[in-house]
Amino acid sequence: MRLSRRQFSALPLAAALPAAKRSRVVIARQAKSGYGPLLDRAMMAYFDCDDPVEPWRRLVRPGETVGLKVNCLAGKGGSTSVALVEAVTERLRQAGVAQDKIVIWDRLSEDLESAGFRPSNRGGRIRCIGNEVLGYESELTISGSAGSLLARTLTRLCDVVINLPVLKDHGIVGVTMALKNMFGAIHNPNKYHPNGGDPYVADVYAMPAIRKKVRLAICDAMTAQYEGGPTYMPQWCWPFGGLLVAEDPVALDATGWRIIEQKRAEMGLKPLRATGREPRYIATAAARGLGTNLAERIERLEV
Amino acid sequence: MAAGDSRFIVEARYYQKLPHRKIKCVLCPRECVIDDRERGYCGVRENRGGTYYTLVHSRVCALHVDPIEKKPFFHFLPGTLAFSIATAGCNVNCKMCQNWEISQVRPEQVESRYLPPAECAALARQSGSRSIAYTYSEPVVFIEYMLDCADEARRAGVRSVVVSGGYIKSEPLAELCRRVDAIKIDLKAFSQKFYSEIVNGELKPVLEALVQIRKSGIWSEIVYLVVPTLNDSDAEFRELAKWIKGNLGADMPVHFSRFHPEYLLKNLPATPLGTLERARAIAQAEGLEYVYIGNVPGHPAEKTYCPKCRNVVVDRTGYSIGRLDLQKGRCRRCGHLVPGVWG
Repeated sequence: MRLSRRQFSALPLAAALPAAKRSRVVIARQAKSGYGPLLDRAMMAYFDCDDPVEPWRRLVRPGETVGLKVNCLAGKGGSTSVALVEAVTERLRQAGVAQDKIVIWDRLSEDLESAGFRPSNRGGRIRCIGNEVLGYESELTISGSAGSLLARTLTRLCDVVINLPVLKDHGIVGVTMALKNMFGAIHNPNKYHPNGGDPYVADVYAMPAIRKKVRLAICDAMTAQYEGGPTYMPQWCWPFGGLLVAEDPVALDATGWRIIEQKRAEMGLKPLRATGREPRYIATAAARGLGTNLAERIERLEV
Repeated sequence: MAAGDSRFIVEARYYQKLPHRKIKCVLCPRECVIDDRERGYCGVRENRGGTYYTLVHSRVCALHVDPIEKKPFFHFLPGTLAFSIATAGCNVNCKMCQNWEISQVRPEQVESRYLPPAECAALARQSGSRSIAYTYSEPVVFIEYMLDCADEARRAGVRSVVVSGGYIKSEPLAELCRRVDAIKIDLKAFSQKFYSEIVNGELKPVLEALVQIRKSGIWSEIVYLVVPTLNDSDAEFRELAKWIKGNLGADMPVHFSRFHPEYLLKNLPATPLGTLERARAIAQAEGLEYVYIGNVPGHPAEKTYCPKCRNVVVDRTGYSIGRLDLQKGRCRRCGHLVPGVWG
């Protein structure tokens, strides 16, 4: 069956893309262009189109509220860039998403503020809130080994989530990108770091409210960190100058992990496995059916 | 209440500074290594710029005046009230936790009130309580507040009792034993498998803590929550009883308590009474002298019997105390010394 472009656009995203066969991961690089042009290039490449607004129309259906899950624990320098979020919100608005249907969120308003965002919960404009604003559900969500209360920002406010992690090293779980960023949606992330976060990172991501709502991950790799994370350590950062885009969080994390390992090797550092920090949770996430970590099943597209 | 409310934030004790603004917590055997702006497993102690802070000093999220039998302490001031307090947080994550709404949350996720130590001691005294009980969640994680309260309480003539899982390192435990009057340990099982899979902790440090507490001379009792199919075999009861007798003494009170399905173990039934009675019979056969059944109000095994003449020396039903047939800690009928703190 051949589909017209219009028919293709109208399909649900999971049906429209060949995620079940190969998972596409776009790596767009060109630091000098700034976030806006880089984002456009990454999104157009990922969605095979030449209109920078078109991907956002495909991503969000009319009337849906979009949550932008940023990662702000590390403060300025080590968090999702405000400029990236501004570029995303601009395109969302051009795609017809009203301001009051966009929510920038993370665990705590104070974390958002420390990363340069301006927390606000005023009506009629883009909201920027920590989980403490709406609180957590009172019923536990149980998924494998994890049992958590989910943030109401996720469960009650957002129809769609765009995951906006940072490409960086993590002192306990090895690396932190798309999968682990959703620890910010639960009330008890401190309970899920033992054993290198395995299987907890995968189990938390597998919670239906997370798995079903997160439609895309855009990993901020303009400045990436290969050691000393998740705290921002400028001495171990490098200007990767890129963005990683994927629907498949496992493929994105597996790809990001390879980038970090390559940089570690360049800098004369041991591989994460040799330091006892191999991110095993990525393989577990693949085993849970959250995506693929196999290089041959990942379509790595560099633009 | 925000996480950053400065009234509750006090520099923590028991930690080591590491390079790159990291710290290592040495309060409990977990020994979390924590990056700047991150918290430990307990969720209530945070690294801020290379200095470790407790976020729960004077931050009380549960406060009740309970009979001390509810803790349970059966050999410590029976029939008295305990001014019982908790903050958020715990250093394990038991799948059968009865108080997970406060133990498994961060302090900013639960309603709390400001209760500084002097006020806590004064309120305890006003309430007619003979003791302050640090209970409900896991007091090890709010040790700074507990120690300060215990000092104020002692000055006010009020005792301090601790209800804990005993997952604590030797140095802070030694300090605790110097400043409180009794510790009840929830021994969750007698197998590392249970501690790994159900508790998210380790058995060995808890056993070491029990021995240390016993040697310190302060009063202690043990509760063992019997969870169907997970820690209720005859062999486990027998090994437990042998270990207690050999390492703590035959006169260590042990409570086998009924489990109710809660939190992440809702798939299991409540403990059958027969299982609790079996546990008690095995422990008694191994020579333990004070073996109780808990969470079964009205059961004869709530009473304290003189191990020598079987006289009921403390007549107890639920949390109510009837006749106390002791004189200076000795059975009135036969004169046998019954260990405890009786007045």
